[in-house]
Amino acid sequence: MAESTKTGVDLANQDASANGRKPVVVVDDLHVKYRVYAGGKPVKGTGRSLLKRSGGGIREVHALKGVSFTAYENESIGVIGSNGSGKSTLMRTLVGLTPPSDGAVYASARPNLLGVGAALIPDLSGEKNIQLGGLALGFSKQEINGLRDDIVQFAELEEFIDLPMRTYSSGMQARLKFAIAASKQHEILIVDEALAVGDQRFRKRSEARIREIRENAGTVFLVSHSMKSILDTCSRVIWINKGVLQMDGDPKEVVDAYQETKK
Amino acid sequence: MSLAEYADRNRLHRVGARPSLPRYLADAWGRRDFAIAMAKYKIEASNQRNRLGMLWIFIKPTLNALLYGAIFGILQGASRPENFPMYVVIGVFLFEFFSTSMNNGAKSITGNGALVQSLAFPRITLPVSTVIQQLMTLVPMLGVMVVYILLLGAPITVEWLLMIPLVAVFTMFNLGVALIGARLTVHVRDLTQLLPLFTRILFYTSGVLFSIETILASHPWAIALFDYHPLHEVLSIARGALMPGVDYDPMYWLYFSVWSVAVFVAGVLFFWSAEERYGRVD
Repeated sequence: MAESTKTGVDLANQDASANGRKPVVVVDDLHVKYRVYAGGKPVKGTGRSLLKRSGGGIREVHALKGVSFTAYENESIGVIGSNGSGKSTLMRTLVGLTPPSDGAVYASARPNLLGVGAALIPDLSGEKNIQLGGLALGFSKQEINGLRDDIVQFAELEEFIDLPMRTYSSGMQARLKFAIAASKQHEILIVDEALAVGDQRFRKRSEARIREIRENAGTVFLVSHSMKSILDTCSRVIWINKGVLQMDGDPKEVVDAYQETKK
Repeated sequence: MSLAEYADRNRLHRVGARPSLPRYLADAWGRRDFAIAMAKYKIEASNQRNRLGMLWIFIKPTLNALLYGAIFGILQGASRPENFPMYVVIGVFLFEFFSTSMNNGAKSITGNGALVQSLAFPRITLPVSTVIQQLMTLVPMLGVMVVYILLLGAPITVEWLLMIPLVAVFTMFNLGVALIGARLTVHVRDLTQLLPLFTRILFYTSGVLFSIETILASHPWAIALFDYHPLHEVLSIARGALMPGVDYDPMYWLYFSVWSVAVFVAGVLFFWSAEERYGRVD
């Protein structure tokens, strides 16, 4: 119960800081637990005995431990944290793909991740994968026909678009996936900076494209390991550490504090 | 005021919440092009690297029918049904539609983990797409089946048209089974291991290769039970429609339609009610 009083207090502060801005995403005491079948023995000295495992080698990973925050319209929020801190889990829960074990995410429109790779079939030609990826993103057939040339052009695959995708180099595949995913506009968008792919030239172009999408979206979450791009583009930064929201606020302050722990 | 109330006051909706059934079905209908494209492209992709390509759609069941026909033809000796080759071809080809729908349908969520984890769409699209894929495979197979039956000496009759409503009802039945299977394997992955066994049990109890009436002649009560076996009903109707001199109880149409509607409705409700669960990775 002490928990709820605490959120109540936080909320009073949030309301004050909101200054009448419109909230678009509210994350309420979010917990995510994965149950994983653990193979092998746990590392000695981690304090996990066999007794603590819940039978049959199933181990529970508590990826998010009660994260709460509110995002407002037109905010550009950077999300930072070391590998395995729960950033990706948080983002997947924001878009509703990973159901929370406890707590909830509320939003004015369904947030979307930028990405389409999983819908594509490597044995098919690039052409057909554009169709399939576009349909997976929710475009109609007519819309895809309109977008097709732009996608091919952006991916720089004019010569190879009729070849099976598995024959593409990894850079070409990544370009195609990015070009398809980037064809859609979103109201609330989550961008994983690792998406900027390919050789240096294409990386520049994809970064520019991400920036463009970000500018057109209402509210953006940017997950990145590059503090420079976070400081360049974000108006607020959230630092996730071991599944807990460590810090939330002004980009400069949060990034400084984060980098302090990395030394 | 809690955060939930705060969210509600600002008219925010819970992300990932399961929509109402009519809304869900409408969303799924909006994704029909995606389901169809996925089915079509998967067939293309799965055969693309084989030299004989699409021909495998016909070759595999034909070889199956030949093998089963030869073995069970010899084993059954004189007690085998009349027009045995036709009997086996119809049985094997139609049973294939059911077994692939059930098996691939059951794996349609668990086997597409990456897709379920990265894009938002009504998950029912996946099992539906699997059954569409099997239906797209079945239609040319039925063409081949008809050619075989003609070669084996059956006359063309108006009754053959009954295959169209039969396939429609059969598809509804298979879709229901696929939906139930898709959700069950999400809860208990181990079921995937049991599916081949389960398929075989159904294969040998549906009268694919032998006539139930002859085998169980001394147990009339058991034969009566088979009147309510949905797969036995489908095969009996199909043989009655296609083969010369074979009759079936017209009530089978009613029984099988009731089965199909019941399994389909149960499947949709059962699958929909766990919609929020499918993205979880445990």
